[in-house]
Amino acid sequence: MARLIVDNVSKTYPALQKGHEDVLALRDVSFTVEDHEFCCLLGHSGCGKTTLLNIMAGFEATTGGRITLDGAEIGPPHWSRTMVFQDYALFPWLTIERNIAFGLEVKGVPEAERARIVAEHVKLVGLSGFETRLPHQLSGGMKQRVAIARALAVDPQVALLDEPFAALDAQNRSLLQDELVRIAQATRKTMVLITHSIDEAIKLSDRIIVMTKRPGTVKANLKIDIPRPRAEDDPQVIALKKQLRALIADEREVELA
Amino acid sequence: MSAVTGGSGRLSWLTRWATLAVLFVVWELVAGVWLPKGRPELATLLPPPSAIAKAAVEMIGSGELLMHLWQSLKRELIAFLFALFAVPLGIAMGWWRWVHEQIDPIVEILRPIPPIAWIPLSILWLGIGNAQNQFIIFLGIFFPLLINTIQGVKNVEPNLVRAARCLGASEWQILKRVVLPAALPQILTGIRIGFGVGWMALVAAELVGASSGLGFLINDARSLLKTDVVILGMLTIGVVGLLLDLLIRRIAKRVLPWSLAAQK
Repeated sequence: MARLIVDNVSKTYPALQKGHEDVLALRDVSFTVEDHEFCCLLGHSGCGKTTLLNIMAGFEATTGGRITLDGAEIGPPHWSRTMVFQDYALFPWLTIERNIAFGLEVKGVPEAERARIVAEHVKLVGLSGFETRLPHQLSGGMKQRVAIARALAVDPQVALLDEPFAALDAQNRSLLQDELVRIAQATRKTMVLITHSIDEAIKLSDRIIVMTKRPGTVKANLKIDIPRPRAEDDPQVIALKKQLRALIADEREVELA
Repeated sequence: MSAVTGGSGRLSWLTRWATLAVLFVVWELVAGVWLPKGRPELATLLPPPSAIAKAAVEMIGSGELLMHLWQSLKRELIAFLFALFAVPLGIAMGWWRWVHEQIDPIVEILRPIPPIAWIPLSILWLGIGNAQNQFIIFLGIFFPLLINTIQGVKNVEPNLVRAARCLGASEWQILKRVVLPAALPQILTGIRIGFGVGWMALVAAELVGASSGLGFLINDARSLLKTDVVILGMLTIGVVGLLLDLLIRRIAKRVLPWSLAAQK
C-alpha cells in the first residue's frame, strides 16, 4: 500500500533581508495520491511544486500541515520515498550496475539478492549490455533510465520525479515518457512527478494537480480516466488539453496583473 | 598525411629544444675552454656540462647520489603518510560547520607561515635529523592537502548527497561512499601541490639540519668547493621533483577515469 495524503501543507521561507516580508511558497495545499496512482503536479516555475516534492522526500520541513504515507507522518529522507532528479545525480565514479545497486548496498541486501534485483531493473529500463559502463559514457536519456532504475530498485512506496525529462531533447523526452508509462504499469508503483508541460501531464497521469503561482495552492485536482495509450487526436485528450490550458493561462494573467 | 604531420612534429620538437642546445654549447665553450685559459680563478665556480656529466657518472657508479636521493625520498614519503591526516580532518571541516568554525582559526594562523620559517624552532624541539626534516616536509604537504580537501567536500554536488540520502544511506555511509569519492579529484590535486611544496621544504630543511639527502649533498659539496656536485645535486632535485609530479598525475588519471570526463 502507498497512499500519500498531503494535508493542509504550507511553507514559508523567512525573509533574506530585514524589512522584507517572509516568502510564502505554499499555502494550504491538500490532495491525496491513491495507491498505484501516477500523479503529476502541473504548474509554472515558481509555483512551489519543487518545494512540495522536496518536502515529500524529507529534504525540507513544512511550516504548516502534514504529509502522511499510509497514515504515518513522513520524517527525514528514507528509501520508502526515492527521488529522480532533473540533472540525474548519478554517482559518476560508479558503473551503471553499482549506481542501481547503491540503495541496496546501503540497505544491506545480501549480494545474490542484490544481483538479481539489479539485473531485473537493468532489464526493466532497457539498459541490458550497459551494466559496466560509467555514467559519462551514456546519453542523457540513458542516464535518466539509470536514475529511474536506481530509485525503483530499493522498492520504495512512492517514487518522486523532479522534472525528469526537462533536460532531454524532444524525441528522447517523448520516448522516455512512453517508457515511464510502461514502467509505472509494470511495477504498479505510486509516483509523483512534477512538470510544467501539459502534454507530459496528459500522457502520464492518473491524476493531475494544477497549481497556482506564488503562493502555490491547488487550483484543480483532476482524475484522468482516459485509457492508455492516449492518442493526441483522441477527443477526450483534446478536451482535457483545452481545460488544462485554460487553467494554466489564468495563472499567466495573474502573473501579468 | 601521417608522414607530413610526423615530419612537422619532429621539426617542432627540434626547434623547441634548439635554444637550450645552443645554451649548452655556449656554456661548454665558456666554462670548458675560455675560463680555464682566461680566468682560471673563476673556473672552479662554473664547471662545464661535461664535468657535471662526469661527476654524475662517478656518483651514480659509487651509489652516493642514489643514497642521498633515497634518503630525501624516504623523508618525503614518511612526511606524506603523516600529512594524510589532512584528508579526514579536511572532510570533517568541509562537512560539519562546527568543526570548521573550531579548527579554521588555527589553520588560518598557521597556514601563512612558510614551512622554512619553522626550521629554527623545529631544530630546537627535535634536534638535527630525520624527525626535524620530516616535520618541515609535513608542514609543506599538510596545508595544501587540507585546503584542497575542504574545498573538494564543499564542491560536492548537493543532489548527489540528496540522492544517497533518499536511497537510505546513513551519515557515515554518505561520507564514505559519496563525499570522499566526489572530493577525490580535488584531494589528489592537493597531494600534487603538497608534494611540490614538500619537496621544496625538504631541500631547505636538509640544507641546515641533515647529514644526508640531496639538500645536505649540495651544501656539503659547497663547503668543499665541488661546484660540479652542487649543480648535479640541483639538477637531480629538479628532475626528481618533475618525475614525482608526473607520477602523481599518472596515478590520478588511472584511478579517476570518470573525473576528467565529468569536467568536460
